[in-house]
Amino acid sequence: MFAATADPAAIAAATESSRKKRDTDDSSIVGSDFEPWANKRGEILARYTTTEKLSINLFMGSEKGRAGTATSAMSEKVRTRLEELDDFEEGSQKELLNLTQQDYVNRIEELNQSLKDAWASDQKVKALKIVIQCSKLLSDTSVIQFYPSKFVLITDILDTFGKLVYERILSMCVGNRSTLPDHFSPENVNDTAKETCLNWFFKIASIRELIPRFYVEASILKCNKFLSKTGISECLPRLTCMIRGIGDPLVSVYARAYLCRVGMEVAPHLKESLNKNFFDFLLTFKQIHGDAVQNQLVLQGVELPSYLPLYSPAMDWIFQCISYHAPEVLLTEMMERCKKLGNNALLLNSVMSAFRAEFVATRCMDFIGMIKECDESGFPKHLLFRSLGLNLALADPPESDRLQILNEAWKVITKLKNPQDYINCAEVWVEYTCKHFTKREVNTVLADVIKHMTPDRAFEDSYPQLQSIIKKVIAHFHDFSVLFSVEKFLPFLDMFQKESVRVEVCKYIMEAFIKHQQEPTKDPVILNALLHICKTMHDSVNALTLEDEKRTLAHLINGFIKMVSFGRDFEQQLSFYVESRSMFCNLEPVLVHLIHSVNRLAMETRKVMKGNHSRKTAAFVRACVAYCFITIPSLVGIFTRLNLYLHSGQVALANQCLSQADAFFKAAISLIPEVPKMINIDGKMRPSESFLLEFLCNFFSTLLIVPDHPEHGVLFLVRELLNVIQDYTWEDNSDDKIRIYTCVLHLLSAMSQETYLYHIDKVDSNDSLYGGDSKFLAENNKLCETVMAQILEHLKTLVKDEALKRQSLLGLSFFNSILAHGDLRNNKLNQLSVNLWHLAQRHGCADTRTMVKTLEYIKKQSKQPGMNHLTELALRLPLQTRT
Amino acid sequence: MTPGFQLNEILSGVVVLSSKDSVQHQGVSLTMEGTVNLQLSAKSVGVFEAFYNSVKPIQIINSTIEMVKPGKFPSGKTEIPFEFPLHVKGNKVLYETYHGVFVNIQYTLRCDMRRSLLAKDLTKTCEFIVHSAPQRGKLTPSPVDFTITPETLQNVKERALLPKFLIRGHLNSTNCTITQPLTGELVVEHSDAAIRSIELQLVRVETCGCAEGYARDATEIQNIQIADGDVCRGLSVPIHMVFPRLFTCPTLETTNFKVEFEVNIVVLLHADHLITENFPLKLCRM
Repeated sequence: MFAATADPAAIAAATESSRKKRDTDDSSIVGSDFEPWANKRGEILARYTTTEKLSINLFMGSEKGRAGTATSAMSEKVRTRLEELDDFEEGSQKELLNLTQQDYVNRIEELNQSLKDAWASDQKVKALKIVIQCSKLLSDTSVIQFYPSKFVLITDILDTFGKLVYERILSMCVGNRSTLPDHFSPENVNDTAKETCLNWFFKIASIRELIPRFYVEASILKCNKFLSKTGISECLPRLTCMIRGIGDPLVSVYARAYLCRVGMEVAPHLKESLNKNFFDFLLTFKQIHGDAVQNQLVLQGVELPSYLPLYSPAMDWIFQCISYHAPEVLLTEMMERCKKLGNNALLLNSVMSAFRAEFVATRCMDFIGMIKECDESGFPKHLLFRSLGLNLALADPPESDRLQILNEAWKVITKLKNPQDYINCAEVWVEYTCKHFTKREVNTVLADVIKHMTPDRAFEDSYPQLQSIIKKVIAHFHDFSVLFSVEKFLPFLDMFQKESVRVEVCKYIMEAFIKHQQEPTKDPVILNALLHICKTMHDSVNALTLEDEKRTLAHLINGFIKMVSFGRDFEQQLSFYVESRSMFCNLEPVLVHLIHSVNRLAMETRKVMKGNHSRKTAAFVRACVAYCFITIPSLVGIFTRLNLYLHSGQVALANQCLSQADAFFKAAISLIPEVPKMINIDGKMRPSESFLLEFLCNFFSTLLIVPDHPEHGVLFLVRELLNVIQDYTWEDNSDDKIRIYTCVLHLLSAMSQETYLYHIDKVDSNDSLYGGDSKFLAENNKLCETVMAQILEHLKTLVKDEALKRQSLLGLSFFNSILAHGDLRNNKLNQLSVNLWHLAQRHGCADTRTMVKTLEYIKKQSKQPGMNHLTELALRLPLQTRT
Repeated sequence: MTPGFQLNEILSGVVVLSSKDSVQHQGVSLTMEGTVNLQLSAKSVGVFEAFYNSVKPIQIINSTIEMVKPGKFPSGKTEIPFEFPLHVKGNKVLYETYHGVFVNIQYTLRCDMRRSLLAKDLTKTCEFIVHSAPQRGKLTPSPVDFTITPETLQNVKERALLPKFLIRGHLNSTNCTITQPLTGELVVEHSDAAIRSIELQLVRVETCGCAEGYARDATEIQNIQIADGDVCRGLSVPIHMVFPRLFTCPTLETTNFKVEFEVNIVVLLHADHLITENFPLKLCRM
C-alpha cells in the first residue's frame, strides 16, 4: 500500500542510486580477461601424478594418543564432546592404504558425493565432518609429488561445501519475499539467517587443528556478507596471517593459493590481502632450503629439481591474482624483491608465468640475465626458458633485442640433455622463431630438433610436442613454396613414424594448404611435397578406416587436386590426373573428382578450340574420354557410375567423339540391370527406384540428340534401354515402370518432330540424319504403340480395391501425356483419351478439383489457333458429380 | 541458540495446550527458577563424599504466577500468552547461565497444570539463557608480553637436556570481552629442535567452597592449534581464539564459588618436549 502511493520521483531516485551502487560494485567482479581456476585444474591434475601408493586417513587414529599427552587436564566427558566434531561417524575410523592414484581420485569423488548426500538429507554436522576430514588430508605431505593434484581434488570438495552453506543461508534470507538482490546488504538479512551463519562460524572456530580450520573457514568466506559489510575485508587479513602458522612451506603456499582464489572470487577489489600473501610468502621463502624440507626430501627420495616445480601451480596462481590489473609499479617492485632473494629461480618462473606477457617481453634481456645467474642445482632451467618462451609467443620484445634473445635462449636449450626437457622447451620457442624470423632460422631450429630427437628414437615419446611445432610453423608460413623450401621441413615430418600421428600431421598441413593457398599452383616443389603428404594420408586407409575419416581425407585430397593447375599445358594437367589416379585409387570420392576434372579438361579444350578440334586436340580429347571410360568401372557406387557414364557420354558427344559416347551410353544401359532394389544412403537402406527414375529421365533427354549408329538399326539405344527396363525386376505394387514408359512416350514424341528442341553444336542428331523419313517415323510409331500397349495392360491389372486409386491417378497422368504430346486429331488417340478420362473418374477416386482444372485448361487451349479439335474433345469429357 | 535475557527484561511467549477432549484442571501456573548447582569433584574429596556431599543448591530466583484459574479447557488447541518479568529479590545477583563440570548455573521456566486427585499433574520445563548485565565503563586492556626460554621454565628436572629455544610474544589483553576473540602474537625467534605444533588451550577453573575448605578444579574447554609443523623463525604467528559460547561465561567470584578462565600456550617440540605457559584471563561481558 505504501509502495503504491510512493511518488515516482522517489522510485526513480532509488533505482538511480541502486544503479550507481552496481557501477561502483563492478570492481567486485572479475573480468573475463582473468584466467579462471577451472582452466588450471585439468592441467595440474595431468601434470602432477604419481605411481606411488597413497593413503587416505579419515579420522586419524594416532590423534587420540597424542591428544592424551597434550591435554591431560581434559576431562573424559569434554574430550568426547570435542571429538564428536573430529569423528566422521561415531566411532568409525577409516584408514585406506595402498591406493593407486586413480583409487584415490575415486575415493575423493565419493567423499564429494557423500558430502552432497549428507547435506541433502539435512545432516549438516556430518557434512561438516566430511569437509574437516578432507581438509586434514592437506596437511599430509607424504607422496609429495602428488600434492598439487591432491590440493585440486580436495579444494573441489571445499568449493562444494562453501556453495552449499552460502546457498542455504541465502535461501533462509529469502523467506516469503522474492529473491534477495545480488548486492544485498546485511540489513536485509533476517535474524534467523544471521544466527545460522554465526553458528557456522562458531563451529568452525572451534576446530582443533589449524589446517582444517583455515580451509573450512576460507571456504565459507563469502558468508561473511550476511553478517556485516566489512566482514570479508576483516576476515581476509586474519586468514592471511593464520597461514603463517603452517610450518611446511609447500602446504602453506597452497593454503595461500586457496585463499587468493576464494578472495578473488568473493572480493577481488581487496588487493591488500593478495599482496600480503605474496610478501609473507617471500618472508618464508628461505624455509624451502631449510633443514625440515631437506630431511623430508631425503626421506621420500625426491630431488630438489623435481620438488621445486611442485610450488609452481600455487605460486603462479598467487602471482596471477596479484598482477591482474595491477599497476606497472607494483609489478616492478615485486620483481625487484624476487631478485633480491637468493636462489630465486622458482620465483622468477612464477613471475614469468603470471605477469603480463608485455611486461616480461619488454624486459626479456633482464630475465635472460637472471636465468643465467640461477643456481644449476635448484629449479630446472629449461622450465624457466619455457616460461620465458611462452611470454614471447604472446608479446613481442623490442625489435633490437630479438636476435640476441633467440641466440641466448637457444644456446641454453640446445645443451639440454634430456629429450623431454629439450622438446618441451623447444616447442615453445619455435613460435617465437617463426613469428620474428625467416625460413633460415626456422630451418636451423628444425634441424636442431631433429638432431636432438632422433637418437634412441626419442621422438616416439614426444609426438604431441612435435605436432605442436608443425602446427606453429604452418600457422606462420602461409606461402607453401617458402614452407617447402625450408630444407628440414620434410625430414622433420619423417620423425612422425607412428602412422596415426603421421596422418594427423598430414591433415593439418593439407587443411592449412586448402585454407591459405589462394592461387592454383604448378610449383613442382609444392606438388612433390603435397603429393607425398596426400599419398601418406591415402595409404593409411584400410578396411578398418571409418567412413567419416575417409570422407575427411578425400575432402583434403580433392582440395589439393583442385588447386593444381598447369595453365594452358593441358597435357601436363592430364598426366597429373593420371598420376593422381594411380596414387589415390582407394578413395572413391577422389576418383570421382578426378573424372569430373578430366571431363572439365576436355570441355576446356573444346572452349579453347571454339568447338573446332584440330587433329592434336581431338586426340587429346579422346585421351580424356578414354581416361574416364576406364576409371568409371573401378567405382563402387552404382548411381555414381551411372551418372558418370551419362555425364562423360555427354562430354564425349560435345567433343564429337560419337563412338566413345555410344560406348558410355551402352555401358550405362548394361549397368542398369545391376541396380539393386535397396541402396545404402548415409547408413540407411532406402529403395533405389526413385533414383533410378530420376536417372532414366535424365538419360532420355540425352538420348534425344544421340544420333543413331550407321551400322545398328533405327533407335537402337532406345530399344536396348526399353528391353532392359522391361526385364528389370520392378518392385511389386509399384507404378514406376509405367511412369518410365510415360517418359519414353515423351521422348518418342520429341523424336518424331521435324526439328528437335535442342542440339549439340557440330553433332547431327536424328532429325537431320533422317530428315523426317517416313520409315523412321513408322518405326517410331511402332515403338509408341508397343509402349502404350504396355501401359494399358498395366492399367487393366489395377482393379483391386486398393489399386483403384492408383489406376485413376495413372490414367489421368497418361491422359495428360497424350494431351501434351499426342496429336488428338487422330481419332484412335482421341477415343483413347476419352476412355482414360472416364477410367480416371470411374470409381470416384479422382480429385474433382484437378479434373475441373484439366477441363478448363483444355477449353482454354481450344481457343488457340489450330486447336479447334479440342473443343469437340472437351464436350466429350463429362465431369462426375459427387453424389 | 536463543539470545540471552538480561535483568528486568520480560520473557514473553505462549503456553500451548492441545488435547482431543476437553480437560478439567485445578489451575495453570508458571514458575521461573534460577539455581546454582555445585558438585564436588572426586579429586578434591573422596568418591563417596563427592556423591553425597554435593553442596546445597543456591537459589537465585523462584517466582510463580498463576496463569489460569481452575476450570476447563475446550478440546483442540489452546494458546495462553504470557509475559514474565525477570526480577530478583533483595540483593541477589543474576549470574550468567553457565554449564560447567562442577558449577552449573541454570534458569528454567516451568509450566504446571494441577489436576484433580485422580489425574496426575502435568509439567513442562524449558531452559532459558541469561546473560549478566554488561559491565559499565570501558574495559582497560591489560597486555602481556612473554618470553619463553629453557630458563623461564619451572618444573624441569634436567634443564641441561632441553634443546635451546627462544619464543617471544604478547597477548593484546588478558581482560577479554567474551564476545571478542583472544588475540596476540607469537614469534619463534629460534629453536634447536623442530617444532611440531603450537596450541592454545582454554582452561576453566572452578572453585567450590564447602565445609572442609574449598575444592579447585581445572578442566580444558577447547584446544586450538595456531601453528602446525616447524614454523618459520622470526615470523610472527597470530594468536587468535574465539571463546566458545556455551562453555564460557564472565569470570565469576562469589563467596561460595568461583568460575575463572586461563589460557595455556602449549609448544610441542619434536622429541616430545612439551612447553606450557599459563595466563589467567578475566572475561566479562560488555
